[in-house]
Amino acid sequence: MAGLHLPSALDLARSQFAFVVVWHFLYPAFTIGLASFLAVLEALWLATKKALFLDTFQYWLRIFAVVFAMGVVSGLVMSYQFGTNWSVFSDKVGPVIGPFLGYEVLTAFFLEAGFLGVMLFGLKRVGPKLHFMATCLVAIGTLVSTFWILAANSWMQTPDGFGRTADGRFFPTSWVKALFNPSFPYRYAHTVVAAYLTTALVVGAVGAFHVLKDRTNPRARLMFSMALWMAVIIGPLQIVLGDLHGVNSYHYQPTKVAALEGQFDTEQGASSLIFGWPDARAGETRFALGVPKLASLYLAHDPNAVVKGLKAYPRSRWPTNIPLVFFAFRAMVGLGLLIVLLGVTGLVLRWRGRLYDARLFQRFAVAMGPAGFLAVTAGWIVTEAGRQPFTVYGLLRTADSVGPVAAPAVAASLLAFVVVYVVVFGSGMAFTVHLFGQTPGPHDPGPPGNEPIRTAAITPVLAASSAPDRFGAGDAHAVDTRS
Amino acid sequence: MSLALPLIWAVLIAVAVFAYVVLDGFDLGVGILFPAVRGHEERDVMVNSVAPVWDGNETWLVLGGGGLFAVFPLAYAILLSALYMPLTLMLLALVFRGVAFEMRFRARHEREQKRWDRAFMGGSYVAAFCQGVALGAFVQGIKVSGRAYAGGWWDWLTPFSVMTGAALVAGYGLLGACWLIWKTEGDLQGRFRHLAGRLAFGTLVFIAAVSLAMLFLSAPFRARWLVFPRAAGAALVPLILLGLAWVFFAALKQRREIAPFLYALGFFLLAYVGLGVSLWPMMVPPSVTIQDAAAPPATQAFLLWGASVLIPVILLYTGYVYWLFRGKVEVGAGYH
Repeated sequence: MAGLHLPSALDLARSQFAFVVVWHFLYPAFTIGLASFLAVLEALWLATKKALFLDTFQYWLRIFAVVFAMGVVSGLVMSYQFGTNWSVFSDKVGPVIGPFLGYEVLTAFFLEAGFLGVMLFGLKRVGPKLHFMATCLVAIGTLVSTFWILAANSWMQTPDGFGRTADGRFFPTSWVKALFNPSFPYRYAHTVVAAYLTTALVVGAVGAFHVLKDRTNPRARLMFSMALWMAVIIGPLQIVLGDLHGVNSYHYQPTKVAALEGQFDTEQGASSLIFGWPDARAGETRFALGVPKLASLYLAHDPNAVVKGLKAYPRSRWPTNIPLVFFAFRAMVGLGLLIVLLGVTGLVLRWRGRLYDARLFQRFAVAMGPAGFLAVTAGWIVTEAGRQPFTVYGLLRTADSVGPVAAPAVAASLLAFVVVYVVVFGSGMAFTVHLFGQTPGPHDPGPPGNEPIRTAAITPVLAASSAPDRFGAGDAHAVDTRS
Repeated sequence: MSLALPLIWAVLIAVAVFAYVVLDGFDLGVGILFPAVRGHEERDVMVNSVAPVWDGNETWLVLGGGGLFAVFPLAYAILLSALYMPLTLMLLALVFRGVAFEMRFRARHEREQKRWDRAFMGGSYVAAFCQGVALGAFVQGIKVSGRAYAGGWWDWLTPFSVMTGAALVAGYGLLGACWLIWKTEGDLQGRFRHLAGRLAFGTLVFIAAVSLAMLFLSAPFRARWLVFPRAAGAALVPLILLGLAWVFFAALKQRREIAPFLYALGFFLLAYVGLGVSLWPMMVPPSVTIQDAAAPPATQAFLLWGASVLIPVILLYTGYVYWLFRGKVEVGAGYH
């Protein structure tokens, strides 16, 4: 047919969901790890009473406040997306995964929201011990929240513990099976470690940036050092978890794995492709360059195992965007290897006592700051685009999940989301980067108004100059509050 | 049990929505009062009064959404499609507001702070108005066929829903003003007292207007409110409201600090009960009942076990946080 081909309501709804969820996850990917990091710093402060830890804590707490707020409001949007754009999905699947979201709110969101206020504003009011408890509760809240939301997501990937009515609605038969569905343990471990790595890379980059400016700054050195320990311990762990997760997907979601491997034909001793261009129409991957038998080795743990290609399944079950899955997977793995390289190099330099002098390495650490966000996003693209054309893998098609909202309404709201997110979250993120650029100093004031408990007197002049968030030294009441 | 479960959940969801309305109501109200208070120190005090609690307040909205998805998935599916535009706008407005909360205190220069102030204020107005519009669209009835919304994407926009939108802006403004009477002192408190009087008058006029309009909206509403013997019980609601209005204005006059807030909550509770009387037992008026919309008993029971333990715990620690931040907010106390 000739003429203009307008996107359907389905395409628009998919774009909208992809846009808001990818944007949203950037925040939890960072705050899950940052909350735990803050709890560790505060524990170190309480144990040693060294100002170094409190100052570093305050520095990151300020950043946490801004990022967490963005995570909350972008997450609020997510809790309504299922209904606004995917109402048929909600009606059919709500009885099984709805309670997981309900429990997420009851066990995690209220906990985080309640104690975040204490964490940000309450140090003076409750004293260090109770304040530490609030920090821990917020950190635990982030992990509990991840637990429930990933249970829901994993159920959509590898559904279990359910039955279906005559008209195709799902109902629960075993909560244990539905919750601990086959891919959930792997996905949970892989995602939490990814979030910790993302935080470590950001903290490491900020530390490296300030070590480059002043190699004697103890707070910068602390961040840099702690982040590199984290990277070298959990970087390799993440590769192992990723491999286990991959094997699990190979068993339960073979079309996803075939797509991410770019493998169309069933092969014995399947090779793993380093590069190629999967052409779904032709049913082959062009320009393929691979390592023989490697895919069989890591998927079946046997170099000569038979690995099924996409052609073993009807075309109607193939992921709709195979190149996207294929390249996102390579991006994730490539970044993962770079992260391991960063951690291992850091360890070698530390061993040689040159960690704080190796300027080239420090620049590398700065450059790796965003790598966690990119890897996490690529990973989610692999798993979500790889689940297509289904919302509930193998059982409910995406095309049969979309709501009755007309295309112009979806287009208008998509446009509004893009504009608002870019403007509002864009300036929030620009501000976060500005905070990264601020030198972590002694007597860091933390979030404005959250003066740490100290015996040392702080002179008004010093306080004003260390309160860069206000309008500067000219602002009389910024001075007052800290005198 | 299988018949009782949906009713228990309907009440619980109604309570969660009410908790949201009054809690986020007063902190949205703080933004709604921004045009009446220009000084940036005064505005800091206003925002400080809600800064430690707004996030928890907004969580009730997530519970409303997430809870509905779990225990009344059909209602969640129909309502969110039908109210697509006002709810999307509301969420975007809350995005503006949530980020402005953090950013207005950290603005690096005056112009930037003005911008975030406008975002905070605009976000509060749009969110409140859209919630009111969504309420109006819900009350006036939603077209359903089979298990899906069958109307168009502009059905929600009617003179009635615009009126309920404006009513909620006034009502949230009232809650905000009463909250600030409680949390401030001196001149500033005097200004909020003055504003609370005017906003209370506006809110009561809106409640009367919306109630009258509802009588013209549909025959079942008329039957419920005007035909004896039900009308005898229903007539209590406006009578109690009049009594409450009397004690509210008296409390303002006596310069009481907490009472006006509690009486204003009373206005909301009565209006809410009035709505409940009109709509019972509909989950999506006029055609989907609470029983129709309910998830299978296994689902409702599973979440109810958790909710019956967790909601009391949540109320306890939320209460603790409010208690922790009790007392007046001082002028010039910085971001707190």
